[in-house]
Amino acid sequence: MTQLALIIDLNVCVGCHACVTSCKEWNTSGPAGPMSDENPYGADPTGVFFNRVQTYEVGTFPDTCTLHFPKSCLHCEDPPCVPVCPTGASYKRKEDGIVLVDYDKCIGCQYCSWACPYGAREFDEKQKVMKKCTLCVDRIYSETLPERDRKPSCVLACPTGARLFGDVHDPESNVSRAIRDNAGYDLMPEWGTHPANHYLPRRRTTMTIHEDELIRADNPLKIDGKQPKPTTQQPTLDDSTSW
Amino acid sequence: MASTPVHDPIGSPSADANLEVRTTTCYMCACRCGIRVHLNGGEIRYIDGNPNHPLNKGVICAKGSSGIMKQHSPARLTQPLRRKPGAKRGDGEFEPISWEETFRLLSDRLEHIRKTDPKKFALFTGRDQMQALTGLFARQFGTPNYAAHGGFCSVNMAAGLIYTIGGSFWEFGGPDLDRAKLFVMIGTAEDHHSNPLKIAISKFKRDGGRFISINPVRTGYSAIADEWVPIKPGTDGALMLAIIHELIAMGLYDREFLARYTNAGELVNLDEAHDEFGMFVRSEVPKEEGCFDPQNKLWWDRITNRPVITHAEGADPFLFGEFTMPDGTKVKPSFQLLQERVKDYTPDWASKITGIPAATIHRLAYEMGVTARDQKVELPIAWTDAWGKEHETVTGNPVAFHAMRGLAAHSNGFHTIRALGILMSMLGTIDRPGGFRHKAPFPRPIPPCAKTPNTDRAVKPDSPLDGMPLGWPADPDDLFVDDEGNPVRIDKAFSWEYPLSVHGLMHNVITNAWRGDPYPIDTLLIFMANMGWNSTMNTAEVRNMLNDKNESGEYKIPFLVVCDAFQSEMTAFADLILPDTTYLERYDVMSMLDRPISEFDGPVDSIRVPIFPPKGDCKPFQEVLIELASRLKLPAFSNQDGTRKFRDYPDFIVNYETAPGSGIGFLSGFRGKGGEKSMVGEPNPRQLEMYEANDCVHHYELPLSYQYMRNWNKGYLEWSQRNRITRYADPIQLHIYSEVLQSFRLAAQGKGITRKPPKHLKQRVESFFDPLPFYYEPLETQVTDLHKYPLSAVTQRPMAMYHSWDSQNAWLRQIHAHNYLMVNASTAKAAGIEDGSWMWIESQWGKVRCMCRYSESVEPGTVWTWNAIGKSAGAWNLSPDANESRLGFLLNHVISEELPSKSGGVVSNSDPVTGQAAWFDVRVRIYPAQPEEPQQSWPQFEPVKPMPGTQPRLGKWLQYFAGKKK
Amino acid sequence: MKPPFSVIFLTTLIGVGQGLFLALYAGQLYSFLDLIPNQDSHDFYAVGSLIVMLFLVGGLIASFFHLGHPERAWRAASQWRTSWLSREVIALPAFMGVVFIYGVCHWFNWHPLVLDLSDTYHVDFTLLLGAVGVLLSFVLFICTGMIYACLRFMQEWHTPLTPLNFILFGGASGFLAASVFSSFSAPELTRFFAGWAITLTILAMLSRSFTLLRNARIRPKSTMSTAIGVKHPHIVQISPGSMGGSFNTRAFFHGMSGRFMRMIKPAFILFSFVLPLILMATGMTSATALITAFIFQYLGLLAERWFFFAEANHPQNLYYKRIA
Ligand SMILES: Nc1nc2c(c(=O)[nH]1)N[C@H]1C(S)=C(S)[C@@H](COP(=O)(O)OP(=O)(O)OC[C@H]3O[C@@H](n4cnc5c(=O)[nH]c(N)nc54)[C@H](O)[C@@H]3O)O[C@H]1N2
Ligand SMILES: Nc1nc2c(c(=O)[nH]1)N[C@H]1C(S)=C(S)[C@@H](COP(=O)(O)OP(=O)(O)OC[C@H]3O[C@@H](n4cnc5c(=O)[nH]c(N)nc54)[C@H](O)[C@@H]3O)O[C@H]1N2
Ligand code: SF4
Ligand code: SF4
Ligand code: SF4
Ligand code: SF4
Ligand code: SF4
Ligand SMILES: [Mo]
Repeated sequence: MTQLALIIDLNVCVGCHACVTSCKEWNTSGPAGPMSDENPYGADPTGVFFNRVQTYEVGTFPDTCTLHFPKSCLHCEDPPCVPVCPTGASYKRKEDGIVLVDYDKCIGCQYCSWACPYGAREFDEKQKVMKKCTLCVDRIYSETLPERDRKPSCVLACPTGARLFGDVHDPESNVSRAIRDNAGYDLMPEWGTHPANHYLPRRRTTMTIHEDELIRADNPLKIDGKQPKPTTQQPTLDDSTSW
Repeated sequence: MASTPVHDPIGSPSADANLEVRTTTCYMCACRCGIRVHLNGGEIRYIDGNPNHPLNKGVICAKGSSGIMKQHSPARLTQPLRRKPGAKRGDGEFEPISWEETFRLLSDRLEHIRKTDPKKFALFTGRDQMQALTGLFARQFGTPNYAAHGGFCSVNMAAGLIYTIGGSFWEFGGPDLDRAKLFVMIGTAEDHHSNPLKIAISKFKRDGGRFISINPVRTGYSAIADEWVPIKPGTDGALMLAIIHELIAMGLYDREFLARYTNAGELVNLDEAHDEFGMFVRSEVPKEEGCFDPQNKLWWDRITNRPVITHAEGADPFLFGEFTMPDGTKVKPSFQLLQERVKDYTPDWASKITGIPAATIHRLAYEMGVTARDQKVELPIAWTDAWGKEHETVTGNPVAFHAMRGLAAHSNGFHTIRALGILMSMLGTIDRPGGFRHKAPFPRPIPPCAKTPNTDRAVKPDSPLDGMPLGWPADPDDLFVDDEGNPVRIDKAFSWEYPLSVHGLMHNVITNAWRGDPYPIDTLLIFMANMGWNSTMNTAEVRNMLNDKNESGEYKIPFLVVCDAFQSEMTAFADLILPDTTYLERYDVMSMLDRPISEFDGPVDSIRVPIFPPKGDCKPFQEVLIELASRLKLPAFSNQDGTRKFRDYPDFIVNYETAPGSGIGFLSGFRGKGGEKSMVGEPNPRQLEMYEANDCVHHYELPLSYQYMRNWNKGYLEWSQRNRITRYADPIQLHIYSEVLQSFRLAAQGKGITRKPPKHLKQRVESFFDPLPFYYEPLETQVTDLHKYPLSAVTQRPMAMYHSWDSQNAWLRQIHAHNYLMVNASTAKAAGIEDGSWMWIESQWGKVRCMCRYSESVEPGTVWTWNAIGKSAGAWNLSPDANESRLGFLLNHVISEELPSKSGGVVSNSDPVTGQAAWFDVRVRIYPAQPEEPQQSWPQFEPVKPMPGTQPRLGKWLQYFAGKKK
Repeated sequence: MKPPFSVIFLTTLIGVGQGLFLALYAGQLYSFLDLIPNQDSHDFYAVGSLIVMLFLVGGLIASFFHLGHPERAWRAASQWRTSWLSREVIALPAFMGVVFIYGVCHWFNWHPLVLDLSDTYHVDFTLLLGAVGVLLSFVLFICTGMIYACLRFMQEWHTPLTPLNFILFGGASGFLAASVFSSFSAPELTRFFAGWAITLTILAMLSRSFTLLRNARIRPKSTMSTAIGVKHPHIVQISPGSMGGSFNTRAFFHGMSGRFMRMIKPAFILFSFVLPLILMATGMTSATALITAFIFQYLGLLAERWFFFAEANHPQNLYYKRIA
């Protein structure tokens, strides 16, 4: 069985919001659109987005880490939003695990959004139906797009390649490997929703320098008749032995 | 209740089958990525990155993806507008006029100015990328008063590095992250090379590279750095110098590189009595005419222990020591002078200034030095150096740096950046794999050949300017001053006040013109710059100046023309508004004559093609310039008989040559009759079509052996000379020690044969034109009571907004509708300010009320906010209660464009060497707003009305659906 | 959560209706058992059922305001296998149907005999139908309660106490309504209904107080750490990615001040429980006292239901805390 998903690599995400607006532009004119905007040029502009990039700070100065955190529907394997929907408008596709909303059936009761612990659904206040990330289901199988482009819009847009797309049930897929190799994790595991989307944590590269590396025999100072500055002022043998 | 039919996302297949796809170049920012515009029924279905484009390789950013909303913005200007008779500037009372009337009005006025005193016309342009055309227009008109945004942007970065290594970051070169092992990013938030840098950083990190960010704030790119080094703003010079100190002390520099490829071993004349004091001693070889670096300097050879001409066969210079020339002149290698200079710049010293622990500074130096030395990259690429020596391989020391406005936008930025250039050179990382890499047309000789005229007599009625309006002075004789040493330009660029102001000082134009200092002007044409708001310091006052009248009731700046595509804050002050097209409605050129989009491996330039016809009555500014130039019969735009030479801009792009038959035009690709030539060649009538068929881009890949070490790569230098990129093929030695600076200092000391500065500027020139970098406190800090104003305030760019111009974009403004002042929680608490509450930020120049947000990602002595999110009410056709004006704020109100000068009077708040605007020097204090104060940002401005011709603002809902009503 | 007013009215109104029906049926059952005096089928049971219907219809109408597409409401019945909301959507009309037929039978005094248990106990159709109604009323209570209680991560709701409270509140307010009703149409039953109302109100108060105590002690299972998957005690949100707000910042935050939240709790306890109890205890036979008690209790229940939503802390809120 296939379970398509996005893997977000927090190690390289710079919080540029490319995935946010590329998602909007693709989807607003597609079957999942339009994605209505309220007060577009007035106070408190707000609208439907399927994907948002949030920012968190971890730690206190100076040991602070700024974390950019993109979040869209996680296409849970056990999606609490689906069984609660009274109309069947919310459903999870058997063939690829994508969780979708059929706008034609949706009565706009918003119950599914209560049932999503992740805040991944957004109600379209103009169209009065529930919306969410479609995993670009209209792109990934589209026969009219060239092979290369049959990926979610946000994945193609992302300048850092922080968004991977693939089948998390296939152990050999790029995404499964990425999860395995980089300790990928899922959000709020405590609720047993088994989100298909995973996140890859920050990884840190450090460098250790040994003192001898600083002195080295091939030090160029010698060429100009200068020695490197001694790094230790400790006493030597001469100070303590007598022959 | 009526229901709108909606669709199952997997229901009917979308009508994408009949999409039309056009390629062009994005201009939602200055990065200039390749894009594909997908159209459905003539409307934009979506815009994505062009996978074939060398820059962005298919990716796109938040702004680029929101191009749709720019095209549909209600702030679009669609007709030429004239200020209503009797209405005040700034009130935004306009009436539409026809283009014919507009042209008549303009050409009459300009013709008169050109006949009488061409410098009374000033043309200043902002974030455009068509200086090739605007500069040409100004020069042909005959005015010296032309510049683009560089002076208030990052000229320190350009000048500091170009005067040191013959190239720079910004749009001229960058870090080779494909091969680097250690990447040190300093003072960069987003930068111009937005997408490519993001692609490169993430690949670098994935390959296990180590990424260190030096910045008072940790956001954006810095967020994913392996290590964040918080630094106090304006103190990087101290850090760089301390690192240099440590590298020398530990011998962690690339001696071979320094000796051969820099002037480190060249001998400096130390005879104080000598006219050539502090200059390099030279062999008897007579100095050739030209602007290159003649190869006539001396080394003290280690092997033979005597002075020899540099690069003499078998010789190797001492880098340290003191020597006496046969004629008794005391000399030292310049590296010895550098060592003496940094002797006291110890990590402990720098620690107190920068706030960075001394241990960290030591470690930074060691990491750089050891990585550079021990992790060398060797590529099997044979090449020949300028002295004819063959090299089997290209080696690189994989430490890459990137720095931008965090270094540039300080009044001590030039020397800081010089220090960085020297540091990069000491590590041996210039144009080598894993280090810094040039982008064509760089490297250039130090300094580049372009020169301004050096006398006011170059400005003559009815004739083109005798020289370039902007250039690269090599010594005081290149200054653009009159016989008394007074500035010729309205912005005082290339004067003794800011001698190396190679990009002009746009930030002082309005103030100077208003004051009539050095002289009043008549017509000011501003193109693509929002000088009534975010590209000006002291914004509220500058707005008053634009409105100020003299005793006779005339505006002090008599005629103000603004060319903009949107109803910006600036347009409200115009007497005449020229409505421009958007990037999807015009031809544009990213020209080799301006700043192209070259890659490390060779020149790249590109074009934009119109996807849509101009909206309403708007017209590309290029067409306006060509029309005006033709009406004014400017020589380059006219035939011998005075008739018009170019039909329109596309015709101009294809057929213009810098000189008759030069074969150099705006575009370097598909030249020659059939488009078979690159770089140089006859005009090709089908050039634009060929560009279009090639994704609107031309990429010339250099042979591998020309791709590295280009400062000294014989093959490359000759190629570049043959292709008219440079005039000379001489090697470009790196300037550890700057003779150019010393020549100014000598003049100030009354020595040498060049012109001398006026008395009141002698001391200024003498102290700031130090041939070796040194650290001084930013000028504003020097005139600030730091007890009263202890904090630094800086801005940075949000990745999802471009300056002020995206607030009209319905999608982007949802991401940044307003801004907060980000304050370290401990600093805010100490000031009694609560998270999320209203507060004041005050400098000695002004104050702003704003909202506070606690943050741990900012150094406690610094506060910051996003740049240009706050707006003036009603501008950009936003409703007057929009968040941008009610809750957002502009930091510029607390920044001054001038500082009290030590010698009395005022000087520009700029770097004394380059005239770079010192945006980030401002010192502030913060305190809570009183509970009874309005919950609103301050200052507030009278809301401006929507201009005629702008679309009525949409009501409550926007439901974009391309191609069909849904 | 941001309390949705349509849902507050829906649950409280049908709660009264369901409780009132239980009361009517209790009356019929008691009188069947000869424990209380018989009442007129038409004047008491039929009119009573009509009042029940009014409450139910009122709730139904309120619920429609909650829907984006009420015209498609019929679709909501399709997912009864998995969705408590769907089950509610079935149970409510089913219950209304039964109440309607029950009322009509009484209206026309139509009591076909179904079963003779003995000489005295003649089980007629309405008694059986009423039993079905009672069953459906409980099913409906459970459906309504489970809509909330089934959401695992809504820790304040995810407890059997939620449906229990719904039953007790509905019961209390329904019996109180019955006592008001009977004070006009069958004064001899007022004490009977009021007595029950007092009992149920006390039970409701106990159960609700227990819930309050329980909820006060909840330690949220989801934390910033589990939300973003970073283990660190100090994690602060800087930006949710949208300055002008989004559905997620609007629908899940009540937006009221801490002071208001502190006041609303004693207020609903006072109005739903304390005041009605005092009024009922002191003025059991006074119609005015009972009406006042009912109004107080209903207002109290509105506040209680408001608080029920507002108190629930949705884990999604972790992602939408601060803007910048
Ligand atoms: N406090 C503070 N101030 C700063 C800076 C800072 O860091 N801090 N940074 C400075 C820097 S580096 C810069 S470059 C400046 C930038 O400042 P500006 O050059 O003023 O840039 P924008 O705000 O983008 O304004 C450009 C104008 O061009 C218009 N425009 C957009 N597209 C088109 C077009 O196609 N045609 C025409 N004709 N007009 C168009 C926009 O409507 C807008 O009015 O700001 C400077 N100001
Ligand atoms: N999305 C987007 N991209 C843009 C632009 C835009 O408006 N939006 N503008 C374009 C333009 S015109 C320009 S000039 C470039 C500028 O691009 P950047 O050079 O990245 O400029 P800023 O965003 O001003 O960021 C300045 C950084 O320097 C830091 N800083 C300030 N003072 C100091 C200091 O003393 N030392 C150090 N080490 N750091 C310091 C600030 O915290 C901030 O992170 O971006 C270009 N790209
Ligand atoms: S596009 Fe990529 S880098 Fe940018 S915010 Fe989204 S995930 Fe992060
Ligand atoms: S993230 Fe939310 S909306 Fe998406 S499948 Fe999981 S529960 Fe449903
Ligand atoms: S809002 Fe629509 S999708 Fe969500 S539960 Fe209700 S009917 Fe289902
Ligand atoms: S997968 Fe598609 S719908 Fe989902 S966030 Fe990405 S672009 Fe949006
Ligand atoms: S980085 Fe600039 S040029 Fe490139 S896609 Fe984004 S807005 Fe367009
Ligand atoms: Mo800039």
